[in-house]
Formats: sequence, structure tokens, C-alpha cells
Amino acid sequence: MEMNSVKELENKVSQVRRDIVRMVHKVNSGHPGGSLGCAEFFVALYQNILHRKPGFDMDGIGEDIFFLSNGHISPVFYSVLARSGYFPIEELNTFRLLDSRLQGHPTTHEGLPGVRIASGSLGQGMSVAIGAAQAKKLNKDKHLIYSLHGDGELQEGQNWEAILYAAAKKVDNLIATVDYNGQQIDGATNDVLPMGNLRAKFEAFGWEVIDIDKGNDVASILEGLAQAKSKTGKGKPVCVLLHTVMGNGVDFMMHTHAWHGKAPNDAQLAIALAQNEETLGDY
Amino acid sequence: MATIKEINMKKYTDSGKKDTRSGFGAGLDVLGEKNPKVVALCADLIGSLKMDNFVKNHPERFFQIGIAEANMIGIAAGLTIGGKIPFTGTFANFSTGRVYDQIRQSVAYSGKNVKICASHAGLTLGEDGATHQILEDIGLMKMLPGMVVINPCDYNQTKAATIAIADYEGPVYLRFGRPAVANFTPEDQVFEIGKALHLQEGSDVTILATGHLVWESLLAAEQLHEKGISAEVINLHTIKPLDDEAIIASVKKTGCVVTAEEHNIIGGLGESVARVLALNHPAPQEFIGTNDTFGESGTPAQLMEKYGLNAAAIVKAVGKVMKRK
Repeated sequence: MEMNSVKELENKVSQVRRDIVRMVHKVNSGHPGGSLGCAEFFVALYQNILHRKPGFDMDGIGEDIFFLSNGHISPVFYSVLARSGYFPIEELNTFRLLDSRLQGHPTTHEGLPGVRIASGSLGQGMSVAIGAAQAKKLNKDKHLIYSLHGDGELQEGQNWEAILYAAAKKVDNLIATVDYNGQQIDGATNDVLPMGNLRAKFEAFGWEVIDIDKGNDVASILEGLAQAKSKTGKGKPVCVLLHTVMGNGVDFMMHTHAWHGKAPNDAQLAIALAQNEETLGDY
Repeated sequence: MATIKEINMKKYTDSGKKDTRSGFGAGLDVLGEKNPKVVALCADLIGSLKMDNFVKNHPERFFQIGIAEANMIGIAAGLTIGGKIPFTGTFANFSTGRVYDQIRQSVAYSGKNVKICASHAGLTLGEDGATHQILEDIGLMKMLPGMVVINPCDYNQTKAATIAIADYEGPVYLRFGRPAVANFTPEDQVFEIGKALHLQEGSDVTILATGHLVWESLLAAEQLHEKGISAEVINLHTIKPLDDEAIIASVKKTGCVVTAEEHNIIGGLGESVARVLALNHPAPQEFIGTNDTFGESGTPAQLMEKYGLNAAAIVKAVGKVMKRK
């Protein structure tokens, strides 16, 4: 697998941020905050971490598989899929438009390459990831399952059924990452419904837990995910607590829930674009 | 051994009462042997779902989920990614209403090849009462785009349906029950999804039945025959996709219809039939089913009597609908 340097990845991140704000601006809807906060994670994952086959098939046998559980951050998912070769970059122009494969929330329904499950209604992705991980074991496929979940999303009870099950059944080919930005629609998670010590909770359920304290730093993400990978195959599922800043890379969107599901206007878009260099060419 | 008298009628023999859930268990065991892609999941009800043999014979392909049905549906969806054909097993209530959004997003909308197998459907679950007696599951499942809904009538048909749905690519809801009921479907009859089965030819009234009400409809047809009424009985084991052609052709001939199901008449088979007829051949229709109510504790026979889900109720409904022709 060809490895990109940290500098190359950071260049891609800049472009992905541009894609995100342009996509949501065009249709005046969508979720830029969480998307921006996970831009570094997605780029690092798809460029340097996932073992991917050329092309796309649903079963993903013989390659690593990623599931996005918090489907509302579809802009970053679509941007990185397109820029990883799953579909034409120009198709980002169709985000949330009628007859598009780029639905508001990701779906398999329109046949978009790179998407293996619909998500958007929260709390379902970890169960799906576990099933796919168990299928890999049945198929004697040594590749891994990666998943991403919002921290607020962990308020959905199905997650805790899944967290209990994955540890009990030794699903140790799964790396579930939590986007730990401390924000949700109505405010800070600590105000809406405090979740206490997530590390202690995952550990109490029997998971291996790794913190990536600088969740918007590409080098830290690469190092943390490599560490997470080294913990697989040892009888425990692995949780990565990815400490991110919602809205990262666009100053007025950072450290607030205000841009969770709100699009920038023309002037705000111009500011956001000025802060992020066009490194790979806009779509 | 009950036998319907043969007076210019086809004869159906109960080969011995059996529960439909055992038909599911037997079918799953067959699949375990013949299809290595088939995997099974259960939410702490192996014995109730009769999955014991599959668990014993194929432990590596069985997943005990515990009492966590939402997680079970999600894991089933995930197992399809990697080519498995998951069969989930729990009670009908916990297979549908409890996990509706999981089925909607992770299975139906995602187009996953999951077989949701649901026992203890309807009133005949009996003494456990209304918390467990779901009478809304057919409606819930038939509304989901792309979902196939099957409610076989007896042990043999449930076994055949279980085997057949493994060869169909896409989500399926398979509904069956707890009590021992007449087993009259030929053991070697191949199950065809969506293909109505004509059990009696008749000219005065069409009785369209599904699940446990099919045998009651045959008993009703016998009683009607003795009164000089010729009833056509059709087994609509597949509620979706519905066999529109069979329904329309029969009602064109008889001019009226009674539908019979162990389900709320709101959202059930009867309403699907009414839609087909309204669009193609409007005709008087009577509905046998529960009427916008929850069930209660009691023996299956007592409940079916109290809520009007038996041969006597069907005979009465036929009398009513024929007057409306």
C-alpha cells in the first residue's frame, strides 16, 4: 500500500474541508460541524490505514471495511470517498439534490460505491459493524472492521447492547472510533445528557481503549490508529476515543454546536474557503 | 385425525397436530445441512423457536445474542456483508414492533438479505397475554418497501417456506405460531413465494385466508357445503407480494369475499385484498380478524372463539357477505 506523508494528508484535509463547506452551502442544508471535526480522521483512514481492494463490492471480502454510524456527517464521508476513487469527484455537486446518489444521509439504496449500510437514524452502526466482523471471522478473512460513532450517539441504548456483546463474544477484529467532540444538536453533551467517563465505561464492558488526544492532528491519528490495530486479535474489541473539535479548520465554526446542522451563507463560505487552501482542485 | 368430508370437494387430512414453529426449526435444520451461507441468530429463545438442532449441529454458525433484539437485527444486517444469509429468531412482537427502526434502516432500506423469523404471533400465543400477542406485525412489515411477508398455515408449509426463503435474495418476514394445529399441506409441496394456493374450488364466495385461519376456512367451507353454499378457499400464505391475479380471478367468479387472519383487520391481509379489489374489481368483503383491540390471557381456543377467529365466525361472515352481493 502506498503511504502518503503527513504533509500530503494535510493537503488532502484542506481540500476535503473545502468540499464540505461548499457542499452544504450549495443546498443550504447538511451537517458541516461534525464533518469538519472528522476530516483528518477520514483522510488518514482512507489514505493510509484501510487495506482496500480496487473497485467496490458489497461483501468486502479480502479488504478492511469501514462503517459510518453517525450518518449525518455524510459530507466528509462523500468527499473522502470521491477523493479516494470510489466515484467521480464531480458527483459531489449533486449532494442532497433530487435523483442523487449522495442522499442527505448515506445509503446503499442508490448504489453509491463505498457505502455498505444506510445510517442516519442513530445508534445502529455498531451492531452492523459487529455482524460484519463476525462474518469476516466465519470467512477466515483476517482484515479488520472500522467504524465511527458520534459521542452523543452513544446515548442510544442499542450501542450498549452492542458494546456488551462485542466484548462477551471476543469480537477482536473491530476498531470502533468515537468522535469525542463533546457537542450535540442541543448543546454540549455535558449539558444535554452527561455520559461520564467513556473510557471507564468501555473498559468496564471489557474493551481495549485508546485515546487520541489530538484528534485533529494527522500524525497523532496515524499513530493512534496504528496502536489500535496492534491491539486487535487479542480477544478484545478496540475503542478509539478521538478527541476532536467540532467545526475544526473553519474558525467561526469551531468549539460550538451551532454549526452541527447549519449551512454557511455566501459571506461565511468565502471566509471558510479563505482559511483552507485549494490543494487538489475544487470539484 | 380430522377429515373434511368429500362431497365434490377436495379432501384434506390432518396428519397430526403440530406447531408451525417446529416447522421453522425443521426447515432451519435442513438449511444448516444444505446451505453453508445460512447462519442463525437468537435473542434468548432457542427452545421456543425450536432452533435447538441448528445450534447443536452448526454451533459455529449460530449467534446467541442475549435479550437484545435491536442488536440482533443490526448484527444480522452486518453478517450479510460477507455473504451470509442470517435467520433471526424471536417472538413476533420482539421481531417487529420492538425493532422497527432497526429493520427499516439497517435491513429494508439497506436492502439486506436478512430473514426475520417470528414465532408466537397473534392471539394463539395464549396465556402470556397481550404484551406478547402482537396483532399488528403484518401491517408493520408489509409497509416496509421491499419487505416480503409470509404467514404459512401449518407445520409442513412453514418448513417449506423456511427452506424457500433462503433462495430468495432480499429481506423477508416469516411469521408463525406457538400452538399445535392441523398439519395438512403435503410434505413434498414446494413453497413458491407470492403464489396463492387454491384449496377448494367454489362459485358462491371466495374465502382468502392466511396462517392458522386457513384450516378454519377449510372447516368453514365444509359446513357451508352442507348448507348448499359453494365456497372457494385460497391460502394466501404470502401477504406481500400479494397474488393479485388469483384474488381478482376468484372474486370475478364468486362476486364476494371473506378474508381471514389472526391479526388486526386494520393493516392486515384483508386491507391488502380490499386495495386490490378496489382497484380492479370492487366487491362486497367481510373481514375476519381482531378489530382494533389488544388480546388477553386465555387458551388459544378460548381466544380464537372470543375474538371470532374460527370456522363458525367465517361461516357467519359468508352469510353476511353473500347478502350484500
